[in-house]
Amino acid sequence: MTTTTERKYPAPAVNPEIQPFFDAATRGTLMLKKCSACGQTHHYPRAICPFCASGRTEWVTASGRGTIYSYSVMRRVPVPYAIGYVTLEEGVTMMTNIVDCDLDAIRIGQRVKVVFKPTDGGPPVPMFTLA
Amino acid sequence: MTIKGKAYIAGIYEHPTRKADTQSLAQLHAESAIGALADAGLTKDDVDGYFCAGDAPGLGPLSMADYMGLKLRHMDTTETGGSSYVIHVGHAAEAIALGKCNVALITLAGRPRAEGMATGTAPRAPVAASPDAPFEYPFGPTVVNQYAMAAMRHMYQYGTTSAQLAWIKVAASQHAQHNPHALLREVVTVEEVINSPMISDPLHRLDCCVITDGGGAIVVVKPEIAKSLKRPLVKVLGAGEAPKHQMGGKIDLTYSGAVWSGPAAFAEARVTHSDVKYVSIYDSFTITVLITLEDLGFAAKGQGGKLVADGNLIAGVGKLPFNTDGGGLCNNHPANRGGLTKVVEAVRQLRGEAHPKVQVKNCDIALAHGTGGSLGTRHGSATVIMGRE
Repeated sequence: MTTTTERKYPAPAVNPEIQPFFDAATRGTLMLKKCSACGQTHHYPRAICPFCASGRTEWVTASGRGTIYSYSVMRRVPVPYAIGYVTLEEGVTMMTNIVDCDLDAIRIGQRVKVVFKPTDGGPPVPMFTLA
Repeated sequence: MTIKGKAYIAGIYEHPTRKADTQSLAQLHAESAIGALADAGLTKDDVDGYFCAGDAPGLGPLSMADYMGLKLRHMDTTETGGSSYVIHVGHAAEAIALGKCNVALITLAGRPRAEGMATGTAPRAPVAASPDAPFEYPFGPTVVNQYAMAAMRHMYQYGTTSAQLAWIKVAASQHAQHNPHALLREVVTVEEVINSPMISDPLHRLDCCVITDGGGAIVVVKPEIAKSLKRPLVKVLGAGEAPKHQMGGKIDLTYSGAVWSGPAAFAEARVTHSDVKYVSIYDSFTITVLITLEDLGFAAKGQGGKLVADGNLIAGVGKLPFNTDGGGLCNNHPANRGGLTKVVEAVRQLRGEAHPKVQVKNCDIALAHGTGGSLGTRHGSATVIMGRE
């Protein structure tokens, strides 16, 4: 069994375009950007829709539930950790860490739910744990 | 408008060093440049176009033109990581075709070993204001674990195995044993690859390329100049380039930008897969080769494992000889950027100047492909097809 608890997470470099995402993360809410012109949701969040180039993008609250699209357990480091991509119910896939579980038990397709983890001097970031 | 036949690769050079404790970065670029120009039978005063990428010191072409005393009328700093130099070959051919320069010099160099860089296993500090960084850097993305996620998904979706990936390293090692400059010259087996330490699931240490210092250079010239030189004629037939990214979150890690750069290069060259006698495929990791060969059309999507297994990539043994210098997996990955050396070995093959043990018979058409950046996030793919005249 390989677990991760001690790794220090570096702080994200926040700027005004993405400040609402991290304000929501501080409240324990996962936000996505949805375009009101073309109706598509995207990630990472942008002011300009990557599908139709409209500037009419809006913040929406995500369910925080999804499935593991892919992952890898980084072994040759002092504290092993699982990086992963999670496909949310909203249809977008985001990079994250899979945490608070036996790293050797992680599999593609597993259902996961969001959990926010503190960073080193910055706002919390969304990670996922087995649902 | 096409670049087909409008430019020739007249000079190549791969710096012999693998650890540059005593040379500066600019010096490595200049030594590589002089080597490629000497190979062509040209001097630095013949150069009127210069191409470099993010590994060049200072302000790239300005700093290197200053250091080397170049007089230029064309410069290009297209930066797509390790594939930059494959793109530069196509861009040099474009510039020559348009009369913007006659002798184009492309250089690469770096010294990650001498500088003690943790190339694969430590997250790299994001480039300032990278829009993706706040949504990736906190999660510890490294070069290895990003490519590992692509491998993991390919295995899940298509049943690709670690043993199939291992065959790619085995083939590279079979070739590297004949290269006196290769960092790793020992032949390895599938079992040895699979039993090497796990770095980031499912990639083992021997699924990863080497870390080396050094560099290389390429000289691309207009046809009249190529025909005046005393070197075998290697013509640029076609080139393609494309970025692949995260598509706004519609992420699919099972393919690369080679699905776009490959068909563009084949269409311009007007050759088919069965015409290609040799391929140089960027091999940052074994999975990079497998996905690329599928995307270039040498195997159907998901069938790359069968293509690379059982020695099929070994010169003299298999149907698709690749990376006969030992590639990035065994020979050299200067500056953590392997695109330039891919072109160099393809030119050696077309000239008949590869090591006799790995020289492909009647090698008249060859392909070189670069993948710069990361299969796991965003990368630049570049394909160039060359022919012997």
